[in-house]
Amino acid sequence: MTAIAGKLDSKILNGGQKLAVKYFMVAIVLFVAQVAFGLIAGLQYIFPSLFYEMLDFNVNRMVHINAMVVWMLYGFIGAVYWLVEDESGREVVGLKLGNIAFYVLTAAVTVVVIVYLFVQTGPGTHKTLWLINEGREYIEAPRWADIGIVVVILVFFYNISMTFMKGRWSGISGVLVLDLVALAGIYLCGMFFTTNVSIDQYWWWWVIHLWVEATWEVLVGCIMAWGLMKTLGARRKIVTTWLYIEVGLMFGSGILGLGHHYFWIGTPEYWLSIGGFFSALEPIPLVAMVVHAVYDSGVHRFKSTNHPALAWLIAHAFGNFFGAGVWGFMHTLPQINLYTHGTQWSASHGHLAFFGAYATINIAFFYLAMQKWRGNVWMSAGLADNGWKWKWSLGLLNTGVVGMTIALLIAGYEQSFIERAMGGSTWQAYFEGQMHPWYIQAMQWRVVFGIVTVLGVVLLVWDLLTIGRKEARTAAVLESPDTKESFKPSSTGAAAGASAG
Amino acid sequence: MASSTWWSSEDLWRKFAIWVTAIMFLVLIILTFDSVSEIKSGTDRVPPYSVINQRIDYTFDETRNRMAPIIGSEAPLFGAALTTEQAEELVTKGKLTIQAKNCINCHTLLGNGSYYAPDLTKAWLDPAWGSEAIREQLMIGFLMNPSANARTFGSGRKMPNLGITEEEAKGIVAFLKWMSAIDTNGFPHNFQPMKQGG
Repeated sequence: MTAIAGKLDSKILNGGQKLAVKYFMVAIVLFVAQVAFGLIAGLQYIFPSLFYEMLDFNVNRMVHINAMVVWMLYGFIGAVYWLVEDESGREVVGLKLGNIAFYVLTAAVTVVVIVYLFVQTGPGTHKTLWLINEGREYIEAPRWADIGIVVVILVFFYNISMTFMKGRWSGISGVLVLDLVALAGIYLCGMFFTTNVSIDQYWWWWVIHLWVEATWEVLVGCIMAWGLMKTLGARRKIVTTWLYIEVGLMFGSGILGLGHHYFWIGTPEYWLSIGGFFSALEPIPLVAMVVHAVYDSGVHRFKSTNHPALAWLIAHAFGNFFGAGVWGFMHTLPQINLYTHGTQWSASHGHLAFFGAYATINIAFFYLAMQKWRGNVWMSAGLADNGWKWKWSLGLLNTGVVGMTIALLIAGYEQSFIERAMGGSTWQAYFEGQMHPWYIQAMQWRVVFGIVTVLGVVLLVWDLLTIGRKEARTAAVLESPDTKESFKPSSTGAAAGASAG
Repeated sequence: MASSTWWSSEDLWRKFAIWVTAIMFLVLIILTFDSVSEIKSGTDRVPPYSVINQRIDYTFDETRNRMAPIIGSEAPLFGAALTTEQAEELVTKGKLTIQAKNCINCHTLLGNGSYYAPDLTKAWLDPAWGSEAIREQLMIGFLMNPSANARTFGSGRKMPNLGITEEEAKGIVAFLKWMSAIDTNGFPHNFQPMKQGG
């Protein structure tokens, strides 16, 4: 590691942060795997014989989405370990156990991926579900790995909750710990087999939706709150109050917003109204997050301790709003969803939402980690080489993902019209939709922007390995935030906020 | 902008967050009890597994103003009527195989999954199987050897051979037949099924 990345100062990191950087490193490896397998899967739409009966679409797609879920979890877990000692005012309780859990989880993930790639599928028996593949989208990990994941999450929960209990509590840590209880508990809903596909999908959405559109959102809300205090010096009272507002709005809309997955799986008709109404409200907390982040940045005139991290936090606020909020809203009402459900609309939404809401904030934390690991070096304005690598990777990644999102949206529109509305969703209609020039062109553009995304990832990894390597200046120091002072922006601060917005 | 302003109080919003979360979660629990009881197999919405012994159709329901499945006369799968237990066993074999073969990462079931291959919600009723007389045999032949019996519709996108046995293929067909009888609130809309009972 040191040979590639140059000098790293691990002594400067606290115990939690030493563990956090391990999680971050694996997260980045999985991020690379995610885009690599995504690129192959995207190419298979254009060249269907590519790797046929060797590395079929279902395998690539499974590794693509599983690598994504797991690298995001690694990023979140890393971010929480990163902030826990600072936030609690004490060393992590049971850090040794936390370290063991990291190695166990990483070994398990490695075995699962190797089995995915080289065994792929098995006979239609329970044994296959236990050892190879559970065959349920996003949570394909075999049952043995599910149990391992739960154990590791419990260790993580023990580390974090006990550290806060023995140290000090705050609004952020309170929300964080309660959210982790929900996050771990919900995963249990995905660990059983049933013949009844409606019951299966009912509980499966508890895991997927209540993670992605509820508990993950609140988790990144906590991480974001801490991140804004660290990068901008935002006041604790302000970020905590915003966090409560966001939690109320997020769970207020997102818990029953789960109903937008219950329109067509056999569940009763009342979900059409409940799911439609509450999920339509889901963008509201995301607007609050944008206002919060941009306003805080403006008030502090974008003076930050870590420019790349702040840029990615702002990208998170907008990406979350557009990807999860706007793109989700566009097809969440049942009247529209009847035609868009199960088309590339979902893929379009998925790409922008997962990137915008989660990849961005994890990347912000990678930069915070590198800054400190280099010896707490300067990462504000005026970086070496004008910071071209982080700026270009930010630009390429955002352009790549937005480009893919638009291409997939066009494909989704075309599918909704030709396959669904006109063709009535028969197999013949499906393939007519797939072979239409508009669809094919959209898939070609998706690969073009996929390549842009891959270039962005390559540059990002290069930048993370090299940023701050020759930096002699120490990190900028922000005025310490006064936790008791109320929010009183100066006239110039308010003006800067308005212009930034 | 004073800190005493009631609407900017940290305490107020903490209580707001706790109460809203608790109430919404409680409502979800109550609705879950109701929904799960309504989608057990053997209910109006999700038929018993023995429905594979009957003819299934999918037509427009004028009173509900949407498409709905119709469960018709006797039409046993593979020519032999099964008991309730046998039917459940066969459908279970199909569901296990669908998971074990990772079908959902190319196909969608009830519209959920991946978009590389057609939706399977009404696959049993799809007109592309020709007629009732040959459907079962075509489906079995396709599942057991999809590359030789490819149905690409000119797209070049072929299902790979997944080593599906005859027993597993029969299970999948049974599962697909049972799934096509689930009341999905009119999804997919405007689907024109194969002519039934002709």
